[in-house]
Amino acid sequence: MTQTPQIAPAKSDRAAALREFWHYFSVNRGAVIGLVVFALLVLIAIFAPLLAPYSPDIQYRDAILKPPIWDAGSDPRFWLGTDPVGRDMLSRLIHGARYSLFIGFFVVSGALFVGVILGVLAGYFGGWIDAMIMRVMDIILAFPSLLLALVLVAILGPGLFNAMVAIALVLQPHFARLVRAAVMAEKNREYVTAARLSGAGHLRLMLVTILPNCLGPLIVQATLSFSNAILEAAALGFLGMGAQPPTPEWGTMLASAREFILRAPWVVTFPGLAILITVLAINLIGDGLRDALDPKLKRS
Amino acid sequence: MLNYILRRLALIVPTIIGISICAFAFVRVLPGDPILAMAGQHGVTPERYEILREQFGYNLPIWQQYFNYLGGVLQGNFGVSLATKRPVITEFMTLFPATIELALVAMFLAVIIGIPAGIFAAVKRGSWFDQLTMGVALTGYSMPIFWWGLLLIIFFSGYLGWTPVSGRIALSFFLRPITGFMLVDTLLYGNWPAFVSALRHLILPAVVLGTIPLAVIARQTRSAMLEILGEDYVRTARAKGMSPRRVINVHALRNALIPVVTTIGLQVGLLMGGAILTETIFSWPGIGKWMIDSISKRDYVVVQSGLLLIALIVMAVNLLVDLLYAVINPRIRVQ
Repeated sequence: MTQTPQIAPAKSDRAAALREFWHYFSVNRGAVIGLVVFALLVLIAIFAPLLAPYSPDIQYRDAILKPPIWDAGSDPRFWLGTDPVGRDMLSRLIHGARYSLFIGFFVVSGALFVGVILGVLAGYFGGWIDAMIMRVMDIILAFPSLLLALVLVAILGPGLFNAMVAIALVLQPHFARLVRAAVMAEKNREYVTAARLSGAGHLRLMLVTILPNCLGPLIVQATLSFSNAILEAAALGFLGMGAQPPTPEWGTMLASAREFILRAPWVVTFPGLAILITVLAINLIGDGLRDALDPKLKRS
Repeated sequence: MLNYILRRLALIVPTIIGISICAFAFVRVLPGDPILAMAGQHGVTPERYEILREQFGYNLPIWQQYFNYLGGVLQGNFGVSLATKRPVITEFMTLFPATIELALVAMFLAVIIGIPAGIFAAVKRGSWFDQLTMGVALTGYSMPIFWWGLLLIIFFSGYLGWTPVSGRIALSFFLRPITGFMLVDTLLYGNWPAFVSALRHLILPAVVLGTIPLAVIARQTRSAMLEILGEDYVRTARAKGMSPRRVINVHALRNALIPVVTTIGLQVGLLMGGAILTETIFSWPGIGKWMIDSISKRDYVVVQSGLLLIALIVMAVNLLVDLLYAVINPRIRVQ
C-alpha cells in the first residue's frame, strides 16, 4: 500500500497481480461456475437474433398457451411452449437476456459514475461539502429503494429507460458512501502527502493518486449493484412501471403471465428462472471477487 | 450515553427536513393536476377550478404550500386522500398493522431459521451442511421474490390446495379489530377457526417476505461467527478445556450476534420494499399495496404523506438499532 502509484507498475507486475487475483478467485468453485454462466449469458445476449428460433414478437395464433415440449399436448415447434398470445417462450427468453444485461450494465455505469464523483468530493474536501453531499445521500437511503424508484418512475413516466435512471439514482448512494470512507482513510497517508508536496493538483490527487487504491471494495459493490439493478428493474416491470409490453423483458413477461399462473405454470416459471439464474451467477462472481480482493481473507 | 443519543438525534433533523421536502417536491412534479384528479371524470368548470385551487391552497407560492403542509404534518394532519376522501393518517393507521404483522412474522421466520443455520454452518465450516446452507442462502438472496411468491401460489394453493391465494382472513369471519393484528385479535376473541384461517392466509406471504432477510441473516451470522471463532480468547477458552458447546454458546455467540443485530435492523427498509411486491401478489391489505395503488391512481396526497411516513418509520427503526448497538456493544459507548 505504501508503494507510490505514480510510478507505473511494470508489465510483468501487472501480469503477476492478475495471476495472483485469478489464483484466489479460482479457489472459489462457485465463483468460477458463476463466471461461466455469466459468460454464456453474455454470448446468448449478443447472438440472440441468431440463436432464437423465432422472432420474439411474432404471434402464432394456432398455438396459444402450448406447454413445453416434455408435457402432453405440446407443439414440437416450440420447445418451451408459447405464451397467452402464441409467442415462442424460448425466443422471448433469449431476447430478454439482452435487456437484463443491458439494464445491469447501464445502471451500474450510471450509479458508479455519479457515486464515485460525489464520494470523492465528499471524502477529499470534507467540511460542508461532505456534510451536504452525505445528507442528500442519507435522504435517498431513508426511502425504501423500490418505493423511491416507483415514485421516480411515476414522475418520469413508465418505461425501461426511466426505470433504469430511477434505479441508478437509488443505488448510487452506496457507491458514494463507500468511496467517501475509502478516500477519507487514504487521504492522509504518506504517499498522498508525497504527491501533494511534489505539486499534484486536487484533481490529480483525487482521481490518479487516491481513487485507484479504493478500487477493491468498489468492484465488489458494483457486482452487487449489477444483480440488484436486474432484480429491481424486473420488479418494476412486474409492477407495470418498467419495460412495457410487448418488450420481452423478463419482469414484464411475468406481469403479463400472472393471470395464467394456475392454467399455464410455464409462462410464469421460465422468466423467473431466467432472472434467478442471472442474478445468482452474478452474486456468485461477487462472492468470489470479495474473497479475492479482500486482503484480510488472503491466506497465502 | 445520553450525549450519544442527543448527537444522533441532532444529526437526523436535517435528514427529516430533507425527506419532507423530497416527498413534497416529488408529488408537485408528478404529471397531472391534483384538482382535475380530484374532480374525476366529470371535470370542473373554470370558476369551480379556481375556487378549488384556492380552497386547497394550490394558488399559493410553492414555498408557502410547503410550510402549510409541514405545519399540518406537525399537527398530525397528513391531508385527505383524493380517492377515498378519508384522512390519510386514518387510512395509514388502518392498514399499517397488516404490514407490521406480515413483516414481524417474516422477520421471526428469518431469525429463528437464519441464526441457527449460520451458526451451524460456521461451526461445521466446509462440511456438506455448510455448503448446502450457503448455496441455499445465496439462492434466496438472489431470488426475485415476486416470482417466488407466484411459484408458492402455484404449488401450495393451486396444486396442493393448502393455502388461500389472497387476503388476510376468510370472508366468512368478521371481527372488529382490537389491535389490528389478525393473529392476536382472533385469539383475543377466542375464535380458534378464525385464528387458523388468519394463519393460513399469513404463512405464504410471510415466507416470501422473509426469504431475503433469512438469506442475509444466515450469511451474516456465519461470517461473524467465523471471525469470532478465530479470535485468541476463543482459542484460550478451548485450550482451558471447556466443552465445545460452552465455547460456542458463551464465548463466541454473544460477540458474533452483535453485528447480526445491526443486520436485522437494517432489513427494515428492505422489508418495506419487499412488502410492496408481496402485498401486491397476495392482495394483502397493507401499506405496500396502498402505496402502489395510490401511485397508479395518482392519489397525490396519499403518495406524498405515505412516502413521508414510511421514510420516518425506517429512519426511526434505524436510529433504534444504532442505539441498541451502542447498548449491547460497550466499545461504541466508550468512544
